[in-house]
Amino acid sequence: MANPNLSVAPPPPVAPVPAPRPVALELRDLTTVFPGDDGPITVIDGISLAVRDGGTLAVVGESGSGKSMTFLSALGLVASPGRVQRGEVRIGGAEILGRTPEQLRRLRGAVVSMIFQDPLTALNPVFTIGEQIVEVLRAHSGLGRAAARARAVELLARVQIPDPSRRIDDYPHQLSGGQRQRVLIAMAIALSPKVLIADEPTTALDVTVQAQILDLLADLQAETGMALVLITHDLGLVARYADDVAVMYAGRLVEVGSIEEVFSAPRHPYTRALFRSIPRLDGPVDEELPAIEGQPPNVARLPPGCAFEPRCTLGHGRADCCTKRPLPLAGDRAGHRSACFHADRLDQMEAAR
Amino acid sequence: MSEVRTASSGTDAGPPPALELVETSRVFTRRGGLFRKAGTPVRAVDGVSLTIHPGETLGLVGESGSGKSTLGRLALRLVEPSGGRLLVDGRDVTDLPKAEMQAMRRDIQMVFQDPYGSLDPRVTIGQSIGEPLKVHGLWDPTDSPQKVAGVMSLVGLDPSHADRYPHQFSGGQRQRIGIARALTLDPKILVLDEPVSALDVSIQAQIINLLQRIQRERGLSYLFIAHDLAVVRHVSHRIAVMYLGKLVELASRDTLYRRPLHPYTVSLLAAVPIADLRMRKRRRTSVAMGEIGSATSVPPGCRFHPRCYRARLVASGGGVPTERSGDALLPRACLMEEPALRACGGGTDQVACHFPETPESRSEVAAAVLQDIGHPPIRPIPLQSA
Repeated sequence: MANPNLSVAPPPPVAPVPAPRPVALELRDLTTVFPGDDGPITVIDGISLAVRDGGTLAVVGESGSGKSMTFLSALGLVASPGRVQRGEVRIGGAEILGRTPEQLRRLRGAVVSMIFQDPLTALNPVFTIGEQIVEVLRAHSGLGRAAARARAVELLARVQIPDPSRRIDDYPHQLSGGQRQRVLIAMAIALSPKVLIADEPTTALDVTVQAQILDLLADLQAETGMALVLITHDLGLVARYADDVAVMYAGRLVEVGSIEEVFSAPRHPYTRALFRSIPRLDGPVDEELPAIEGQPPNVARLPPGCAFEPRCTLGHGRADCCTKRPLPLAGDRAGHRSACFHADRLDQMEAAR
Repeated sequence: MSEVRTASSGTDAGPPPALELVETSRVFTRRGGLFRKAGTPVRAVDGVSLTIHPGETLGLVGESGSGKSTLGRLALRLVEPSGGRLLVDGRDVTDLPKAEMQAMRRDIQMVFQDPYGSLDPRVTIGQSIGEPLKVHGLWDPTDSPQKVAGVMSLVGLDPSHADRYPHQFSGGQRQRIGIARALTLDPKILVLDEPVSALDVSIQAQIINLLQRIQRERGLSYLFIAHDLAVVRHVSHRIAVMYLGKLVELASRDTLYRRPLHPYTVSLLAAVPIADLRMRKRRRTSVAMGEIGSATSVPPGCRFHPRCYRARLVASGGGVPTERSGDALLPRACLMEEPALRACGGGTDQVACHFPETPESRSEVAAAVLQDIGHPPIRPIPLQSA
């Protein structure tokens, strides 16, 4: 590790909390580049994160912030010509970066699996859902055809598909969006992975169905002890389901901490501005929303200093912010990191404006 | 006819509503073909009446499949109504010939969710924004370029970027282009179909502020269609809740969020994820059951009964005739009789429910939801349960 500050901090030595559970998935300094016209473009830059067994880490950020790319990189799924430039990825303590594609393929599904936003494109329209679940089971385990089918019915029942022994012969188009996402969850948990990465799993669904899907994921997690990474742009979902939160901006980590820390005392101006800009069900209605001015930057043309500087709510033009890139550092509380030079003075600085 | 209009548009004297739908319906039928039978008709919009006053925003919410987008298109006759009337500025335009309706659209314009899909990639944004003027034969080489520059500034675009192409803009800027294009003709009404749902959180707030500023400055009326109840609350004066083609609740903003009457409204509110630590590990599955059905097979009686927590509570509380439906015990009324949209609670609020969540009979479920969303009820009175 070039920079010790980028490493994942040890659990905070506070309070008589039970011993922390083992780390299920850990990323260190993960960096991915794509070739560009003027040299390589760093799409994710020095990402260090961890999620523990049974824990839920929410990764928050806007489109293009690199939140999906981080986990595609971790699983060896970056499409060429992009490539992981450096970093470490450990699952259950074992390094997986640098493994052969065949080894990675075996890991995916069995140890870590991923579900995506759009459940229709992730399913093959010409096979029944049963055939697709059976294929997963047979590819990774020695189950015979009949046993795999019986297990597939169990899995469909587990994800609350009504009448699973009949629905198993349905094609994807015969199911609703919510049911298709349930089928994908069934496939993802078929091999009891240690880590499930859910990339905007409910963005395409109605709010009522969204709550059902996420409650289901939480149930499965409580039952199996798997770790869950929830990639989302919805801070409401984070509040309801996550234990830890990582906030990304322009391919970089800007803030990481427990949900209590980040929600009750955010230490980055971007996180603060994000919270304020969301309309709330109990917020004031006759005022303008405190929007964040400007647009998220193009990662191919980041300023030399802090990527958020041009939009920063603390004002512009400070020499440190303009010239030097802030790294996600811990403050008083070791687990709560912020990539802002002024993290400890945000309240005073905001009050002064 | 006049009777209906008086009922919905209030007393005389005042200006006519900017937009009025009277018992408007739209039925889609799938034609039969060589290999398939003609489909069952789909009542996407089923006898909806509503008005929007000058300068007012009416929010329209519901799940996908509720018919809210079809209703938005009916308001412009982009989709022709199968029944009912459509009035713009007090004038009945239901049967207006196509050419005259086209002229009418100077007054009522639409903004779509995906601005990229509605912009021609080969045409500069200046031309796109000016195009409505040309279509309506109003293009004037001396004044119109200035007009285009004017609306560009109004929506926060740099007029010197008029010769750029859509792909050179971000999602948020493209939505500004979509809004500018809708404003070129100085309309009185904008139908906004999920105008911010494709945008990132930080950009959403910019566009919401922009729309509200334009409304204040120009006195526009908005029909704001969205699924995000927090966004809708922020922008709307009144809100209509739609379920499988029907309005189930129509209320002012303050009462809808403080005193939701329809169990479906309560279910929607319960499902909103709230960015607050109070919501840690809170489960809501019990309130919003199952998924919205299909408008091809609308359930008999109240169309919400298969998903309704309230009907189940009322049935188990006793005192009403009940009947079994599948494995649920439900009030017979909910199974047999379609509830009409009627006034409830003294004010102008309307609800279509046999057992609305009035303050006097509010269920614990609804009381808990109101507590969670930060509008604790003053008098939570639990239903007696069996």
